[in-house]
Amino acid sequence: MIVVEGLSKQFKGQTVLNGIDLTVQPGEVVAIIGPSGSGKTTFLRCLNLLETPDAGRIRIGDISIDANRPLGGQQSAIRRLRQQAGFVFQNFNLFPHRTALENVIEGPVIVKKTPREQAIELGRRLMAKVGLAGKEDAYPRRLSGGQQQRVAIARALAMEPEVILFDEPTSALDPELVGEVLATIRGLAEEKRTMIIVTHEMSFARDVANRVIFFDKGVIVEQGEAKALFASPREERTRQFLRKFLGTAASQD
Amino acid sequence: MIAESLQLVVDSTPFLLKGAGYTVLLSVGGMFFGLVLGFALALMRLSKILPLNWLARIYVSFFRGTPLLVQLFVIYFGMPQIGIELDPIPASLIGLSLNMAAYICEILRAAISSIDRGQWEACASIGMTRTQAMRRTILPQALRTALPPLGNSFISLVKDTALAATIQVPELFRQAQLITARTFEVFTMYLAVAVIYWILCSILAHFQNRMEARVNQHDQEH
Repeated sequence: MIVVEGLSKQFKGQTVLNGIDLTVQPGEVVAIIGPSGSGKTTFLRCLNLLETPDAGRIRIGDISIDANRPLGGQQSAIRRLRQQAGFVFQNFNLFPHRTALENVIEGPVIVKKTPREQAIELGRRLMAKVGLAGKEDAYPRRLSGGQQQRVAIARALAMEPEVILFDEPTSALDPELVGEVLATIRGLAEEKRTMIIVTHEMSFARDVANRVIFFDKGVIVEQGEAKALFASPREERTRQFLRKFLGTAASQD
Repeated sequence: MIAESLQLVVDSTPFLLKGAGYTVLLSVGGMFFGLVLGFALALMRLSKILPLNWLARIYVSFFRGTPLLVQLFVIYFGMPQIGIELDPIPASLIGLSLNMAAYICEILRAAISSIDRGQWEACASIGMTRTQAMRRTILPQALRTALPPLGNSFISLVKDTALAATIQVPELFRQAQLITARTFEVFTMYLAVAVIYWILCSILAHFQNRMEARVNQHDQEH
């Protein structure tokens, strides 16, 4: 379970997150949508402290971080929290000097001190799970963007996290590669994994997420059951956003 | 005439080899200690702790901003006045190492800074400490960037060791000076010495190329 209370963040005096509260139940898939600059990516990055919140509390599983206190003294808790919160980046951020399999087992071997043999076995299983059996020894630059992102997902899964955070996982991909990554994430949703996904893929959000959250100007404007929110948004700002977005995206659907 | 010159070179070979031995010793030693100290300085330069940062900045500025020859003189001739007396070889080794460290610091700092922030974040996202991230992810990639300039510095260092002749280190150039003082065969001896430096540097350049090829190997694989 994830509980966020009063999460706030400013960049150079400008409020990016304004006291966000959010609770995510185990097994729930939450999609975060909103215009660019709405704070949704910053919110996601704050959840595992890649971005430092100015105020608020974050609890993931049994680890709590209190951003109202100095974070310097909470470093080891932050590292444990990050192990509980897998993160998938827009730009993959694979380690280019390691093979796909080495990327996946890096966390278990170095951070969790899992015996190497055991980690390799886990890594191979995860590579197969994301549809990349046979690519274990390939270096990232020999893989397509979609394949790289699936390796990144396997790398996040290898830590056996409580929740996986996806930051626009398909935004850096060529259109024909988006499907394979979304299918992988869909597979994880079917396993009832807890996930928070920042995305611009509206139809994906509607089909896969249990709940959709609409972010704008650093606050949660509206949230609700995914299909209901897309079918009948209550707030005018949500309607405007969806109209603009679906208007241009409808032709692609 | 040519035969005589060749004969002189042959006769001088034992001295030249002994000198070349010292040249190699100073080069390898200077590079080794330069790397150790240079890496420490690079970490200080990247540190958010301001006094450490400034200290490293001042160090680099001083050792890059003063002639190596002057540095050697300060260490060898100057320090005895404050009670620190060093033999020629330790003095020159210290001077060369301190000087190299300044350049290596800048090379490593630039290489480490050039690594994409996303690599640090990827390490953080799986719960690594900064030290683990540095060791496992940042340094291996930074070294690939740093290898060509490090090789160049090493080659410069080999040539700079000739300055140690001025503080009585019996290295290659000093041996040539001693021999020419006896024989007056200035052209032949200095040319022979130049060729030996050239050979040493060529060997280094060869290893540099092979190492770069090896480090870049995974770009070609698969």
